Amino acid sequence: MSYANLYEAPGPRGVRRNRLLTVVVAAALLAVAAFVYVRFDDKGQWAAEKWTPLLRGDVWATFILPGLAGTLSAAVAGVVLAALFGIVFAVARLSEHRWIRLPAAAVVEFFRSVPLLLLIFFAFFGSYVLIGVNISAFAAVVFGLTLYNGSVIAEILRAGVLSLPKGQREAAYAVGMRKGQVLRLVLLPQAVKAMLPALVSQFIVLLKDSALGLIVGYDELVDRGLNGIAANFSNVIPAAILIAGIFIVINLALDRLAHRLGQSS
Amino acid sequence: MEALLTEGGTILAAFWMTVRLTAVSALGSLVLGTVLTAMRVAPLGALRTAATAYVTVLRNTPLTLVLLFTGLGIGANLGLELSDDIATNNFWLAVIGLTAYTSAFVCEALRSGLNTVSVGQAEAARSLGLGFVRTLALITLPQAFRAVVAPLGSILIALTKNTTIALVVGVSEASVRMRELIETYGDQVIEIFLGFAAGFVLLCLPMGLLFGWLSRRMAVAR
Repeated sequence: MSYANLYEAPGPRGVRRNRLLTVVVAAALLAVAAFVYVRFDDKGQWAAEKWTPLLRGDVWATFILPGLAGTLSAAVAGVVLAALFGIVFAVARLSEHRWIRLPAAAVVEFFRSVPLLLLIFFAFFGSYVLIGVNISAFAAVVFGLTLYNGSVIAEILRAGVLSLPKGQREAAYAVGMRKGQVLRLVLLPQAVKAMLPALVSQFIVLLKDSALGLIVGYDELVDRGLNGIAANFSNVIPAAILIAGIFIVINLALDRLAHRLGQSS
Repeated sequence: MEALLTEGGTILAAFWMTVRLTAVSALGSLVLGTVLTAMRVAPLGALRTAATAYVTVLRNTPLTLVLLFTGLGIGANLGLELSDDIATNNFWLAVIGLTAYTSAFVCEALRSGLNTVSVGQAEAARSLGLGFVRTLALITLPQAFRAVVAPLGSILIALTKNTTIALVVGVSEASVRMRELIETYGDQVIEIFLGFAAGFVLLCLPMGLLFGWLSRRMAVAR
């Protein structure tokens, strides 16, 4: 343990006291768990007929897998577009020209401080007035995910470029590269590599945020789970637990990836 | 523009709800996050495991799902009645959900703050005879807090924006009001959006500046 220096290695009395405390703590935690279990049990949330639908192939085929596909497709579209947005605006904010740098900064700061849900509402409910067609919930969700996460990615990349030793830029200019080449061939690749863990963490945020699609009726995982499965089998709690489990597994895998990328660089 | 002007009062009321949700949840998250941090570094394995499991689950679940689970699980199934008034009840359910979610992030920030406190601090405290609780509470945690002022500011700003999701447990804050206004004044979509966006910028910008200033002022000189 890296925090072991906060306390002495316990002696015989300490060991006995810690054992006693462990029992007390474990009992308290179990009591809370038991309370929740009993209250859910009173409402019949542990009844087999609420859980067995989650094991049925047709439930997975009708609700969970399409929901997962919805979540993942929104997330992938969001990641790709946000990465593009991020690169463009990071480069714009690093520009030498004030008339590019300042508007880019304003755009990035604006979208970073507006809640994602407002962006989605704006696109979804405002699209008819603005462009004459009602855009799909998918498009509205991807619109919001792109602008918000793209701005954050722009800031991550910019911080990455600024953190590089200035010798990198100078050496690139010294071998005769042009401005664009310096950025594209020397600075950005290193910035992306240095910032990979932060970028992956942002992709996890994006994946979780895609669940907001539920509010505008996009068929993603939380919506299919809670409005689809739970509406048919009235098993809100089991469905929510399953959906949360799926998200946790995906995110932990991404988290591990971020960790490994961070160590290798 | 006229929609924003004629509805000014109701918009302010909606933002007042946003501010209240943020303030109460921020206090709750700070307290719960600190307790979780203490648990994660405690000498008892059971406490460490419980806190780690909690943080892992809450950090990796979408807030939408956390809030829905708070409303349906805690509200409807555990039968927790926080008030007879439905609006007040929903407010507190939203606070519980937001606090449960945000405290996991506060815990992660504080834990990394503990890593910045030099080893000698805790060793000196122990050699003076302080036990775990007093070492943590009097020596290392205060210094950890000073190191993570800026990250805590980012978490507070994220929380402010996250309160918009409280609409899934039926709290009518700013995002609900914006949707209603867009539906009523369909011709003024851009003004309405910019108005509400400006509201959030006005809330978040001073917070960012304040926490930036605080973090420089409070930084531990090394």
